[in-house]
Amino acid sequence: MRQALLIFNKEFKDYFISPIAYIVIAVFLIVTGWLFFSTFFIFDQADMRRFFNLLPFVFALVVPIITMRLFSEEINVGSYELLLTLPVTFRDIIIGKFLAAVAFAAAMLLPTLSYPIFISTIGDLDWGTTLGGYIGAILLAGSYAGIGLFASSLTRNQIIACIVAMVICVTLAIVDQMLFFFPQSIVDVITFISSNAHFSNIAKGIVDSRDLLYFVSVAFLGLYATHLSMEEK
Amino acid sequence: MIHVEGLTKYYDNFCAVDHIDLDVKGGEIVGLLGPNGAGKTTTLRMLTGYFQPTSGDIQVKTHSIYEDPLAIKRLIGYLPESAPLYKSMIVYDYLEHIARIRGLAGETKQKRIAQLADMCALRGIMHKTIDTLSKGLKQRVGLAHAMMSDPEILILDEPTSGLDPNQIVEIREIIRKIGREKTVILSTHILSEAEATCDRIVIINKGRIIADGSTQELTAGKGGDRHIQIGLMGVTAEEAADRLKAVPGIAEVVPMACDEADTIRLNMVCRSESDVRPDLYAAVKATEWVLVELGREAKNLETIFRELTREN
Repeated sequence: MRQALLIFNKEFKDYFISPIAYIVIAVFLIVTGWLFFSTFFIFDQADMRRFFNLLPFVFALVVPIITMRLFSEEINVGSYELLLTLPVTFRDIIIGKFLAAVAFAAAMLLPTLSYPIFISTIGDLDWGTTLGGYIGAILLAGSYAGIGLFASSLTRNQIIACIVAMVICVTLAIVDQMLFFFPQSIVDVITFISSNAHFSNIAKGIVDSRDLLYFVSVAFLGLYATHLSMEEK
Repeated sequence: MIHVEGLTKYYDNFCAVDHIDLDVKGGEIVGLLGPNGAGKTTTLRMLTGYFQPTSGDIQVKTHSIYEDPLAIKRLIGYLPESAPLYKSMIVYDYLEHIARIRGLAGETKQKRIAQLADMCALRGIMHKTIDTLSKGLKQRVGLAHAMMSDPEILILDEPTSGLDPNQIVEIREIIRKIGREKTVILSTHILSEAEATCDRIVIINKGRIIADGSTQELTAGKGGDRHIQIGLMGVTAEEAADRLKAVPGIAEVVPMACDEADTIRLNMVCRSESDVRPDLYAAVKATEWVLVELGREAKNLETIFRELTREN
């Protein structure tokens, strides 16, 4: 576990060395801020629900950009060889990199805390719901990061890793709005695998263990698949 | 120290390493020598635990690669070819990161980094980004990386490739210095390098070990052909060849190209253990020919290497 923390430390610092991190954060804040506040005053409700509702789709585009370099870059540069010949296990590497990606997503969400602070000055904001939403958002980022990490472990090309992860994440995010195309018998299953369906409960302020379990499971599956993919190499 | 048995690695259908058996004692400097694509790097990668062997076993001290790869990784310091380090980090941060992963902390960590900085002459570049370093400097940082935990076994894949002659000498000196106490395995396709640095040379070709021994043992030749060149004036090549073939011990006489007019050069393959040059001289002396050259090709590592690794 100590080794995992060391890897986390290195990867997390690495994010802030390159300018990509700042660009991603800036774009995320502009897009979510604009989409949220452009309709905020029309609905005249002092809550964060509409902000959280944006996240399954926006994260599906942003988190793959965060995770794409984690393995692909190392495989491409060859430092993967050095990493694997150090006394660290696959598990340490995966957990370290995964936590770094999730921590970066959390850092990206940090400035958005100014929204609920602002809202609470002009209306009556339910902080419990908001806090639940943020916890859910981090779990959501974690589940996407698991997928992104897996995609990154498959290829030495960061762009491919990013696109593969985006396709999977966006599918999870929007599939519950396409139920119309599916036969009635599998609609329940489709709804269940949709990240949007699970997250909309959290956005409403309902923190249900089933939804939390869903995000944890997706993250775990992603990390397990990453482990298999590393063993395969 | 290291015991390798029946080590085999297939890439799909291509057999890169084919049943290698190798025992390395503590304190040896072993050179893995072979042409490009012989399986040197693959062998080293399996030793360091980066690749899983298709079959066969590697034991380092008492640890098996299958049961306790982590213990082996702790014992081994490894420098891959071309030192693929994290490009965006500065040298000091990188070494510190590695020191932490290797389990060093606090005072010992700082001391070790300072020690390595002196040993690999990194003082002046500690605060440069790795990306901006030249190949030789990167190689030195890589060497510091490999030696971080003062490992008992150091594995270096082509440690001098791409360096300038001065850097090559420096790196060799460092390797020899380490080799006094530690076990070093290095791969190279440069013969003089193996000759200069290694106690023992293992020649690999097409995934198999084809020779194994010290430089002296290998050059002592174990029989084999020896070549003698002779240069003559005042005779045609055919005539000289006919007569010299009769000298006992000469198996074959082949005319060679010669730049000078009136002079012929012959290459003779000698199969006897004793020196045939006195007999050759006597044979020439009995004629009217003028002897301008008589030389024996010393059997160095290079000729052995070429003989062993030549196609067919």
